[in-house]
Amino acid sequence: MRNVITICVKEVKAYFTSPIAYLLMGLFGLITGFMFYSATVYFVNMGTQQQMMGQSSPMNINDMVIAPLLGNAGVIGLFLVPLISMRLFAEEKRSGTIELLLTSPLNDWEIILGKWLGAMVMYLAVIGMTVIDVGLLFAWSTPDLRPILTGYLGLILQGATVLAIGTFISTTTKNQIIAGGSTFAVCLLLWVLSWVSNYSDSWYGKAIAYCSILVHFEPFSKGIIDSKDVIFYLSAIFLGLFLTARSLESLRWRA
Amino acid sequence: MIKVEGLTKRYARNVAVKNISFEVGKGEIVGFLGKNGAGKTTTMRVLTCFLPPTSGKASVAGFDVIEQSLDVRKNIGYLPETPPLYPEMVVRDYLSFVAKLKGIAGPDVAKRVDEVIGRTALGSVRNTIIGKLSKGYRQRVGIAQAIIHNPPVLILDEPTSGLDPEQQREARQLIASLSGDHTIILSTHVLSEVEQSCSKVIIINAGEIIAVDSVANLHRRRKGGEMVAVQVAGASEPDVRQKLELVRGVAKVIAREAPEGFVSFEIESLEEHAVRPEVARAIVQSGWDLTELRTVGESLEEIFLDLTKAEKPPAIAAPATEAEKA
Repeated sequence: MRNVITICVKEVKAYFTSPIAYLLMGLFGLITGFMFYSATVYFVNMGTQQQMMGQSSPMNINDMVIAPLLGNAGVIGLFLVPLISMRLFAEEKRSGTIELLLTSPLNDWEIILGKWLGAMVMYLAVIGMTVIDVGLLFAWSTPDLRPILTGYLGLILQGATVLAIGTFISTTTKNQIIAGGSTFAVCLLLWVLSWVSNYSDSWYGKAIAYCSILVHFEPFSKGIIDSKDVIFYLSAIFLGLFLTARSLESLRWRA
Repeated sequence: MIKVEGLTKRYARNVAVKNISFEVGKGEIVGFLGKNGAGKTTTMRVLTCFLPPTSGKASVAGFDVIEQSLDVRKNIGYLPETPPLYPEMVVRDYLSFVAKLKGIAGPDVAKRVDEVIGRTALGSVRNTIIGKLSKGYRQRVGIAQAIIHNPPVLILDEPTSGLDPEQQREARQLIASLSGDHTIILSTHVLSEVEQSCSKVIIINAGEIIAVDSVANLHRRRKGGEMVAVQVAGASEPDVRQKLELVRGVAKVIAREAPEGFVSFEIESLEEHAVRPEVARAIVQSGWDLTELRTVGESLEEIFLDLTKAEKPPAIAAPATEAEKA
């Protein structure tokens, strides 16, 4: 465990001593901030309009502002993950530092877990930018806390899954651009797989749609924790890290 | 300390190391000598558990590289050909990171880091970002990370390559200063380095060991008598040659290039004959000035080239000449 922490801390420091961390956090904060601003302004305008027209249909700030914000954060997060995960192993392979890690008295899984957790911390810092937006809502209104918490749980699980896949892809190449590009393609594919359900009701159509990563995120943003979704994410994380371990092992054999 | 038996490492297409065996005793400094691509790095990577062997056994400090890999890794300090440095890290942070990886207990890390910084003379750059260091300093940080957990065995892959002569000398001194406490294997293709710092040499060529011996023994391997270089002033070449050929025990006199006004020869003696006193007497008695007289030892370089050349593939039979056809 100590070794996992050592590697995790080193990875986090690596993100934050380079401009990557600040760039990602800044870009993400800017985009989600704009989305949040638009949704809030729309929500306020709708509210005043309804008051002027004497209607009083119930308006929910959770449904109209927070859920879309977290949903968008999920999609944008999907596209930022490759930028976080691409360097994890590709950089070590290119610079030769992988030799240091693999000849130190560590188990492979300690290296993998440490790196993946380090990437998770970076990801959390990025999606943490939306806490500013949500915090503003809490300052001036009284949103329901529970769906917000489940929404963040969903974001974390989704990020962890894609990072595990990205970590695996990063072990397969020395080239960070290839690692990032491939991870990006996989993320995109995992996003659009759900479209299958638009035109196919067959079992394989359902199976393909089931693999779509965002389908499993939606219930979370509505405040629902379904064990089916949790199991999907956890097994995908396990698969990603397992493949990473295999890939790292084969690295020793192929070198 | 290190024992290798029948080690073979095969990559997809080619065999990098073929059935090699050797042993290194405690406290020895062994030079691993070979051309590029001879299998030096592969052997070292097997010993450090970076690569598993295809067949054969290797053990370090009594631990098997496959069965007890983690124990082997605890007992080895390894400097790969390119030092494994993170350019964005500060020297001190980097060394503490490696210290933790190597399993040094938390409270001892800082002390150990300070010790190796002192030992490798990195004090002036301890807070510098590694990416800004010169090549010589980087190599030293590389050596520092290898010795940080005070391992009984050090494996250094070309520790002086790419350094300028001054830095090479410093690196060699540093390695020599480590020799007391550690068993060291260092690979190189610089032969003078082996002569200066190693007690034993392993020469490897095309994946096979062709010689394991002490440096002194390798020098003695030369067949025949000794070679003596002579330089004479105030005489003509034929005269001197004639005189020298008459000296008892001289087998062959070869003329060498000499500056204006001097003549110079290399004399090969018969076996068991010390010709130097006789040669000196002959020249002085002829009234010439003897300006140089020394034994020419065969350099390790020549021995090395000799040994690696020995196993040339047999020459392809020459095609029949035009005359024979006709």
